[in-house]
Amino acid sequence: MLGEPWHRIISITSTDPDRSPARHPGGDYALDRGFRGIAWTSAALILALVAYIIVEIGGKALPAIAEYGFGFLTSTTWNVQEGHFGILPEIWGTLYSSLLALILGGVFGITIAIFLTQDFLPSRLAVVFRTIIELLAAIPSVVFGLWGIYVLIPMLRPAANWLHEEFGVVPFFGTSLSGPGLAPAALVLAIMILPTVASISVDALRQIPYKVKEAAYGMGTTRWEAILKVMLPTAGSGILAALVLGFGRALGETMALAMLIGNSNQISLSLFAPANTLAALLASNFPEAGEVEVQALMYAALALLAITLVVNIVGLAAMKFATRKFEAER
Amino acid sequence: MNAIAETAAVEAAPTTTFGNTVMDCQVQKIFYGDFLAVRDSHLPIEKNKIIGFIGPSGCGKSTVLRSLNRMNDLIPVFRFEGKVTYHGQDIYDKKVDPVVVRRYIGMVFQQPNPFSMSIYDNVAFGLRLNRFKGNMDERVEKALNGAALWNEVKDKLKNSGLSLSGGQQQRLCIARAIATEPDVLLMDEPCSALDPIATRKVEELMLELKENYTIAIVTHNMQQAMRVADTTAFMGVDISQGSRTGYLVEMGATQRIFEDPQEELTRKYVRGEFS
Ligand SMILES: Nc1ncnc2c1ncn2[C@@H]1O[C@H](COP(=O)(O)OP(=O)(O)OP(=O)(O)O)[C@@H](O)[C@H]1O
Ligand SMILES: [Mg+2]
Repeated sequence: MLGEPWHRIISITSTDPDRSPARHPGGDYALDRGFRGIAWTSAALILALVAYIIVEIGGKALPAIAEYGFGFLTSTTWNVQEGHFGILPEIWGTLYSSLLALILGGVFGITIAIFLTQDFLPSRLAVVFRTIIELLAAIPSVVFGLWGIYVLIPMLRPAANWLHEEFGVVPFFGTSLSGPGLAPAALVLAIMILPTVASISVDALRQIPYKVKEAAYGMGTTRWEAILKVMLPTAGSGILAALVLGFGRALGETMALAMLIGNSNQISLSLFAPANTLAALLASNFPEAGEVEVQALMYAALALLAITLVVNIVGLAAMKFATRKFEAER
Repeated sequence: MNAIAETAAVEAAPTTTFGNTVMDCQVQKIFYGDFLAVRDSHLPIEKNKIIGFIGPSGCGKSTVLRSLNRMNDLIPVFRFEGKVTYHGQDIYDKKVDPVVVRRYIGMVFQQPNPFSMSIYDNVAFGLRLNRFKGNMDERVEKALNGAALWNEVKDKLKNSGLSLSGGQQQRLCIARAIATEPDVLLMDEPCSALDPIATRKVEELMLELKENYTIAIVTHNMQQAMRVADTTAFMGVDISQGSRTGYLVEMGATQRIFEDPQEELTRKYVRGEFS
């Protein structure tokens, strides 16, 4: 039973130009409008905040941009006394460490997601397992850093040095590991992005309808063929999203890296050489920076922001492409 | 490739009882956990014929059909007692790999379920799975033609299989199933998601396909059974034991089942007196 006869509703709405015709009149309208207002305001506020941050950082970086120009991005020294600033090693270190972390964390995270969703575990155990992995995300960055320094580096050192001695000609093993360096930093980063990659991949795999699995087995696939040839491609865009978010997280990670990467301005392919990242540079140099260095650091912050933005946009585009290509358009 | 070798061995085994029986399904008991879903039913399936399964909802038509290619193995609580021979070989024998069984006995499901890949890759899926070395394009075209879909999709083979309409998706699934030229095709209410025109297309297709394949189809639509099935199996539900257990009431030439059934229950069902 509707509250009022149709002709009365029509007559109400037709005299009230604010209201779209033939809708249920009453308090719902106010509530609906209120919520819509709040939603729009929040969205606008977030946009404004992002714009404000970019403008503010950009403004502070302006003197440095004017002074060093594009050369800032391609030069390799960071010398406060002489006023030489360049961040190529940091850009290299940021991308290299994040890429290594993405490869390790991606492979491991997707494997875990498969393990948790494809009936390898009884479902209750899978939930417990998943919770534990998500708890990894709750460990503070600095704790990872300490663990890296006191546990991981001493553990890695013999293996790293053996690799260097035996296979030193391979560029990846070109130096020995004397302390902090790229390898421990990338390993810790991989662990840190693991929960992101794993839990988003789990969601993507879990969303696949049962009938898809049936179709795969109905074609005579083995379990691994079903997973590799059907389930993973079907979850493709979701897994891609997981990887993009994981990569983004790795790019911006600061504390653990500042503790583990060695803060050294050099470009090396060697996994065991110390390096630096943009975020670590910012964290370790800000506290004691003078005015000129702060301007340079702001420029570096802008570069990091740009890298993150590009990664996210490329990721989004790739996801759109994957979705358009292989999923139903609705 | 050893899958092929295995069938060669299977084919050499002596065929049993009926002259042209490809499969012989002898159910003693089928359980889901403690629940006895189907009991004592013997269903021989003849080569190059279409066998239709009819019966009220819940009588175990899908359960029996899915037992024929071990699809039910996906359900952990499922338990089969009895025998299903395929060219004389019991497919529930311990040494038989269900994966191989499903490659020879294909299946089309009630809901269209194409993979989220291109139309071409959907059809080529089974061929690649079986490491087919010949002319892939040719086989894909042949399968799509076989499923009466070629003309509609020949210009957009790279598009996603999911971009097709429901009826086209179902025919794509049929193309996917017949691309590897399986011996037997199982279809569980393949037309239930389709409109009458697409339904007719699929029915015509089945009649063409039976030249080369053997088809078992579950249907709720008695007209459909009459139109396509050579043999009809009517299953009923036995509630005398306090539980709902399906069983084969009667099976025979379609015309006889519909015009001159031996069992009272069949007579009532085909007249539409209960469902
Ligand atoms: N996965 C399952 N787990 C437990 N019980 C099941 C399962 N699948 C089917 N059953 C039960 O087995 C019986 C037979 O089911 P089945 O799906 O084979 O019936 P059907 O004849 O195909 O019915 P419909 O015509 O409605 O599709 C039903 O009582 C059903 O509840
Ligand atoms: Mg059914």
